Parts: sequence; C-alpha cells; structure tokens
Amino acid sequence: MSKLPYEVHSEPVTPLSVLSPEGEVINEAYMPNLTDEQLKEIMYRMVFTRTWDERAVNLGRQGRLGFYAPVSGQEASMVGSEYALNKDDFVCPGYRDMPQIVWHGLPLYQAFLYSRGHQHGGQIPEGVNVLMPQIIIGAQILHATGVAMAFKKKGEKRVAITYTGDGGSSEGDFYEGLNFAGAFKLPVIYVVQNNGYAITTPFAKQTGAQSIAHKALAAGIHGVQVDGMDVLAVIKAVSEAAERGRNGEGATLIEMLTYRFRPHSMADDTSKYRTKDEEAEWSLKDPLTRFGKFLEKKGLWTEEDTARVKEEAKAAVNENIKKAEATEKMTVGGLIDSMFETTPAHLEAQKADFQ
Amino acid sequence: MAQMNMKEAIRDAMRVELKNDPNVIVFGEDVGKVGGVFRATEGLQGEFGEERVFDTPLAESAIAGMAVGMGIQGFRPVAEIQFVGFIYEALDQMFVQAARMRFRSGGRYNSPIVFRTPFGGGVKAAELHTDSLEGLAIQTPGIKVIVPSNPYDAKGLLVAAIRDNDPVFFMEHLNLYHAFRAEVPEEAYTVEIGKANVVREGADVTIIAYGLMVHTAVKAAEELEKSGVKAEVIDLRTLLPLDIETIVASIQKTNRAIVVQEAQKTSGAAAEIIAQINEHAILHLEAPVLRVAGPDTVYPFAQIEDAWLPNVDRIVKAANQVLNF
Repeated sequence: MSKLPYEVHSEPVTPLSVLSPEGEVINEAYMPNLTDEQLKEIMYRMVFTRTWDERAVNLGRQGRLGFYAPVSGQEASMVGSEYALNKDDFVCPGYRDMPQIVWHGLPLYQAFLYSRGHQHGGQIPEGVNVLMPQIIIGAQILHATGVAMAFKKKGEKRVAITYTGDGGSSEGDFYEGLNFAGAFKLPVIYVVQNNGYAITTPFAKQTGAQSIAHKALAAGIHGVQVDGMDVLAVIKAVSEAAERGRNGEGATLIEMLTYRFRPHSMADDTSKYRTKDEEAEWSLKDPLTRFGKFLEKKGLWTEEDTARVKEEAKAAVNENIKKAEATEKMTVGGLIDSMFETTPAHLEAQKADFQ
Repeated sequence: MAQMNMKEAIRDAMRVELKNDPNVIVFGEDVGKVGGVFRATEGLQGEFGEERVFDTPLAESAIAGMAVGMGIQGFRPVAEIQFVGFIYEALDQMFVQAARMRFRSGGRYNSPIVFRTPFGGGVKAAELHTDSLEGLAIQTPGIKVIVPSNPYDAKGLLVAAIRDNDPVFFMEHLNLYHAFRAEVPEEAYTVEIGKANVVREGADVTIIAYGLMVHTAVKAAEELEKSGVKAEVIDLRTLLPLDIETIVASIQKTNRAIVVQEAQKTSGAAAEIIAQINEHAILHLEAPVLRVAGPDTVYPFAQIEDAWLPNVDRIVKAANQVLNF
C-alpha cells in the first residue's frame, strides 16, 4: 500500500560495518583514520577489558566484588566509543558502563570499590571527566544533556556522551533528554547499546519502532545505527558525532547493535530466555575475534600478543582488587559529613550515636 | 529600602544574584520572555539576556536533570517547576540525583541548585497547583527546604539558597505573592538558612507555623489576646534543617505548643516537629503538642477549599485545648 502524503514515515536503516566478521574491510570509505599504534592500543584495551570482565565475574562469585554487570561482547561499543573521545569530553555512564569511565581515567581499584559499595569508588579524581555509574535508568541521559548545555554556554569545544541500553530507550527521561538536545542544539552523544535484551525482556517487547536510531527523528536530532560488534564502525560513528557536536551542529543518537555473552547481572539466568543457537550465532561476531583477524592480516597482532595482554590484565586486576580491599573502612560519621558542605546541627548530633 | 511584595522580593533576589555571579542561571517553563506565569522572573531576561534566563521545553524531569548536569559543570541553576503538583515528574532528579550528588561522589561533585516552585491553597486554582508537598521533601536526605512567609525573608532566604552549595527546595506560597508589601533592602543580603523567627512574643502558648499559616497564626494570636492569652508565634522559615533550638526556647517559656500546617495531617512537617519537641523538651510540657492541619484527603476541590484549610477558629480551638489540658 502506498503511503499517504500526510503520513509520516521513515526509511529502514542499515547498520554501519567497516569490517566483515572475518576481519575483511568491507567499507573502506568509512575506515577511521588511525595509526598502527592506535589500532594496537584499541585491541589492547578490548582484550584487557574482556579479561577484567572474566576476572570480575569470578571475584564476584568469591564475594570479593559486589554489584557487577558483565560486559563481555560489548567491548567494541564500550572501548571504541570512549576511544573516539577527547579526555576533556564528559562521560555519563549507566551501571554497565564501567569500562568507558575506567579507560577515561577512573582508577581500576575505584571501579572495584564502587562494585563493593564503598564511597571512595565514586570520588572521581580531579581532571577525570566522568560521573559515577547511574543506577536509575534514564537519569544519566538528562545529566549529559545538562553537561552539554554547560559546554555550549561556556563556548567550550567539548561534548558529553551518555549510555543506556535498549530497555532504557523506553524511559521518559530518554525522550526528554533527546528532545531538549534537539531544542537547544546541544553537543551531546546518546549511545544506546542494544544487546537485544533488558534483563529477560527482548527488544521486540520494548517498542514497535523499527529501530532505536529512528527515535532521533522524534527529537529532531541526528540518528545513526552501527554494528556494535565492529570497533572501527563504532569509532567512526562516535568521531563523527563528536565533530558535529563540537561544530555546533547538535546532538546524535547512536544505536549500537551488540550482544552480551554473559548474563545481565550475577543474579540472572540467560538459559530461561535465550537459545544456544542465538548465543552461538552472536559469538561468531565476537568483536575481539573480528578486529584481531583484521590486525593479524596487517601484521600488527599475534596470538602471543593476546596472551601477553591477558597476563597483564590479570596482574592489574589482582593488584587493584588488593588495593580496593586494603582501602580504609567507611564510618557513619564520615558518611554524615559527606551529606552537605557544612554539616547541619541535627546531623552533627546524630554522629554522636555512632562514636 | 523599597516597598516590595513577596513576588517582587523573589524576583529581586534572582536579579541581585544574576548580577553578582555569572554562574547563576535561571530557567523553566515560560520564565524567559514573559517572566513566569506569576511574573516572578519578569524583566530578568531583558536585563541579563537569553543566555542567562531562558525558557525550556515542557518537561519537568528534564528541567531538573539539566540543572543537575549544569550544576556539576560549575553553574548555579535556579530552576523553576511551574506548579508544585508537577514536581512528581521531577522527583528523581530533585530528590535522588541532586540530593545525593555530593554523597555519591564523596564530595567530588555537588548540586548548587535551587528548585523554586509555587504552592499553597486559598486561591481557587486547578487541581494539583496548590498541594503542600514539603512533607516529601523533608524526608529526603541531602536537600534543604525553605518556605518564606514575607517579602524580606523571601529575598534574604532566596539569596542564601542560591549561594548555598547544596540543593534547596524553595516553596513560594501562591497566596503570599501579592498579599502585602514590606520594606526590602535593594542590595543583596541573606537570611540564614535553618533559623526560625519569633514573629510575636507571648508567654502562654507557642504556635509554630510556616508559609501562609504564619499569618493565620498571628491572627489567631490576636484573637486569643482578647481572652487574655498571650501566644508566641514562631515562623520556621526553613523546614529542613529545622531550628529546634528556637522552638525549645519558646516552649521552656510557654510550656505549651501547637503546630499549624496547611498540609494533610499524617506524617507531615508537624509530625516531625512534635517528635523533636518530645526528644528535646518533654519535661517542659504541661500538655501534649497538638496539630492543626488539613484532613487526610486529597487536596480539595476549589469550591470547598476554605472549609478544608486550617483557619483562625481551628487554631484558637487547638490553643484552648492545650491551655485547658
């Protein structure tokens, strides 16, 4: 049936891929401009992140970490998107987005302290431009919008970036943030890592929209869809969005199609809602394998390199978890004193009960 | 000194702070060109420009959330929520995100934000324009709650709130915006947050109130005076943190107290005040502390508002109950 002239419609979108699953360049025109050293650094970070994730799951089982949302499978979308930023760009992460803020400068032991439920985990060092992971899904979308508004008002060539999942795109705050960015033309990048599931709920039950990228239309901002298992496509899309932001051309929504190889959280059981076939199919798109093959063909990476990075990552995790465990315990008095700049009398009085 | 009503005093507070500090920024629905639905920001955009005073799309959560994002980048947002009933849309950003920012980040970030909102009954407004929602706010760790009752306090408290490095929920009673004029200094000055004010001295019974109810309490005190009862009236001004010292000092003198609030009775500010009186002054009490409050219904339809709201008669009756206990 043909469309009526007064009916709003949009065309289907094809996700951007630069590499085939075999690591062949299939889209030369969209290849980001990166040196050999940069390409190796990206691979280093992805392997490091995979190893850290595997170790974190085990540390969680041992009770040495607390709340932890696994990331394996999403290394390209997480590491790649952060890599495309400048260090003075500001990251507003969701609860799964610890890799981005660690690669942006948060020390790993503080990430572990956040997981364990220690206040020092959120004491972001000066000069590291990130917020703590956000638990309220959608709230970070608005913070990034406000940060971008601040950059715009100060005339700074910086962008804010924020992340949510496919489920998060159903929240009211998601729409409000995008819409404010459209109205004020703000330098902000909204990344939706669409891994197909919000805990157990599949994407098809979140929306009737043909893609999350299409939701940009409702806000009047730029919308793109990328292969989130292809780190070069991710870097290309985020670099372009950052440039648009810095040039005063407004916000971009980037949907990254990805998959988490592990459960939603440590308390989740994927066998109840996912099939082995589906998992096997996605594992063929593993971002590490794909990018690794590309680098091997260029003579930039070997299996020995992977083994070496894994050892380095394990050593770093061990060192940082020990540092986290050795961090001074919190006190209730300390918590009370961190509520306000000046502790009011009623809270001063309450401290006495805990001495 | 100039004669100002409370709305003008509030506008003047924003004006002097916009002038004093380039990081102060004012935004909300219709606060820019028109100057707000109550004209509380009238003229500010003209004087300071669209960069400093601007309209936003109609979305309370995003207004409050944008304030949080700007707050961690060095701005001092004064964000307006057009009517009190619409704060429900923004509760996560106001009472979770802003209120917890300093705590969650161990002091790395803070939220130097004022959330201004009109509230308060007796003006025959539409649904959800006049509810007294301070009870929600005073249960929230990390936020301060201010309810001024007159032009002088309104300006001084708002200047103090804008300069405070932690979030403040600033509630402006609709029935007081244009109620009367008073002397207000033209320069910037502050009224200390967390300090109550004894607005009428007395020795027989303490009446604790805030917002419009301060004026109703003063009228009740005048009524009580006719039968020889000298009531002391305390205007709390700040509900969180509460100035329990001023309350206790008064009760040490009067040995009797009632608390007046416009909000529904259960679990509001009065309940907290009475609990603190029990903790700090039980041995000075000759009678239980009573509450005068709205009944525990939804805020009433406009036509029955006057019967629902606390009034002079109900305050006088409660005062006589504690006097004759």
